[in-house]
Amino acid sequence: MGLIDLANPSRFLAFSHRLLQALVPVTAALFAVGLYLAFFVAPDDYQQGATVRIMFIHVPAAWLGMMCWTVMSIAALGTLVWRHPLADVALKAATPIGAAFTFICLFAGSMWGRPMWGTYWVWDARLTSVLIMFLMYLGLIALWRAVDDPSRAGRAAAILTLVGAVNLPIIKFSVDWWNTLHQPASVIRLGGPTIHPTILLPLLVMVLAFTLLFVTLHVSAMRNEILRRRVRTLRLMQAEAA
Amino acid sequence: MEALAALLLRDMRLAVRVGGGALVGVLFFLIVVTIVPLGVGPDLALLARIGPAILWIGALLASLLALDRLLAADHDDGSLDLILTGRAPLELAVAVKALAHWVTTSLPLVIAAPALGLFLNLEPGAIGAVALTLLVGTPALTFIGLIGAALAVALRRGGLLLPVLVLPLTIPILIFGVSASNAAIVGPVPFGAPFAILAALTLMSLVIGPFAAAAALRHGLE
Repeated sequence: MGLIDLANPSRFLAFSHRLLQALVPVTAALFAVGLYLAFFVAPDDYQQGATVRIMFIHVPAAWLGMMCWTVMSIAALGTLVWRHPLADVALKAATPIGAAFTFICLFAGSMWGRPMWGTYWVWDARLTSVLIMFLMYLGLIALWRAVDDPSRAGRAAAILTLVGAVNLPIIKFSVDWWNTLHQPASVIRLGGPTIHPTILLPLLVMVLAFTLLFVTLHVSAMRNEILRRRVRTLRLMQAEAA
Repeated sequence: MEALAALLLRDMRLAVRVGGGALVGVLFFLIVVTIVPLGVGPDLALLARIGPAILWIGALLASLLALDRLLAADHDDGSLDLILTGRAPLELAVAVKALAHWVTTSLPLVIAAPALGLFLNLEPGAIGAVALTLLVGTPALTFIGLIGAALAVALRRGGLLLPVLVLPLTIPILIFGVSASNAAIVGPVPFGAPFAILAALTLMSLVIGPFAAAAALRHGLE
C-alpha cells in the first residue's frame, strides 16, 4: 500500500484503524518497560540523586519536539509540492502534539533545573532556542485557529512551517552565539562524561516509547481531523439545503 | 523591467503622500525610545549600556507595525490582483514592493537612529555602529516581514497574528544586530564577525522572502 492509495481518506481511516490496533499495545508495553527501568533499575546519579530520573521524560520530549517539526516540514512539502490530500491533515494534527512535547520538555527541564542549578530558568542557549521553537508552534496553532477554511489555512501553514524549518537551525546557531558572548564557561551542561549504560538503556527505551506515542497520537489526531472535516462538510451541505 | 520600476515609484509615491503613513513609523520609534528611560530610570550609564538594544528593539517593533500596509492596501483596492495576473514575475514584483516599503519606512528609522542615540547617551562611535547595523539589518526585517504580510493577505487576517508569526523569525537578526553594535562599543569580539553574519542573514532573507511571499499569495488568492 503506497502513499497514493492512502490519499483516499476512507482507505486511510481503515488502514490507520488497523495500525492503531497494533501501535497502542506496543506503545503501552514499551512505556511499562521504560518506566520500570527508569524508576527501579536505573541507579541514582552520584551527584544528582534521584532527580536524574527527570531526564527520562525530559530528553525524549525534547527529541520529539524537534522531530515533530521535521514531520511537519515533510507534510508541508506534501501540501505544496505533491498536493497530497492528507498532507495538510498531517500538518494540522502534528502541530499541537509538537507544542505539547516541547512544553513538557521545558516544564520537566525547569523542574530539574530548580534543584540542580538553583533556578527554574536561565537564559542558556539551549533553553532559549527550545522556548523560541515553542513560540513558533504556538504561532502556527494561532494561524490554524484564525482561518475557517481548512485548505486555505493548510497552504499558509505549510509555507510558514517550511520558512520555520529554514530558520530553526539559524535561530539555534544565533542563540548559541548570543549566549557565549554574554556568559562564557558558566553554561551548565548535561552529562559531563559519557552516560553510563545503566542509565543509557532506560533512556533509549523511553525515547522509543515516546516516539511510538507520538506516532499513535499523530495517527489518532489525523483520524479525528478527517472526521471533523467530514462533519464540517455535512453541516455546510445541510445549511445550503435548508 | 519598466513595469517593476513603475511599481517601485508608485509605491514610494503612495507612501509619502496623504494616507501613506511613511513617517508614522519614525514617530513610533521616537516614542518607544522615550518610553524606555521612563521605565528603567534616567541612569545615563545604564542607558548607554543598553542603548543599542533599545534602538534595535524600537526599530524592530516600528518595522513590524508598518508591515500591515505592505500588501494589505493593494489587496483592498484590487491592484494586488493586477500584479498577480501581470507579466512581471510575482517574486520580483513583491521584492520591489518590499524594497519600496523599506525605503519609505525603514530607511527613515536608520536616519533617525543617530539622533535618538544622543537621547540614550551613546558615544559617537557607538551611534555610528548602531546606525550601520540598522542599515544592513533592517532590509532583513522587511523581507522576513514580507512573508508574514503575504500570509496575512492570503488568509484575510491581519492584526496581532502577523507579529506573532514574524517576530520569532527575526530573532537572529536582532541578536546579531545588537551583538555587532556591542562589539563595536565594548568588545571583546571584533565588530566584523557578527556584522558579516548579519549581512549574510540579510542576503538570505532577500532570497527566501520574495519566494515564500509569492508562494503564499499564489496559493492564497487563487
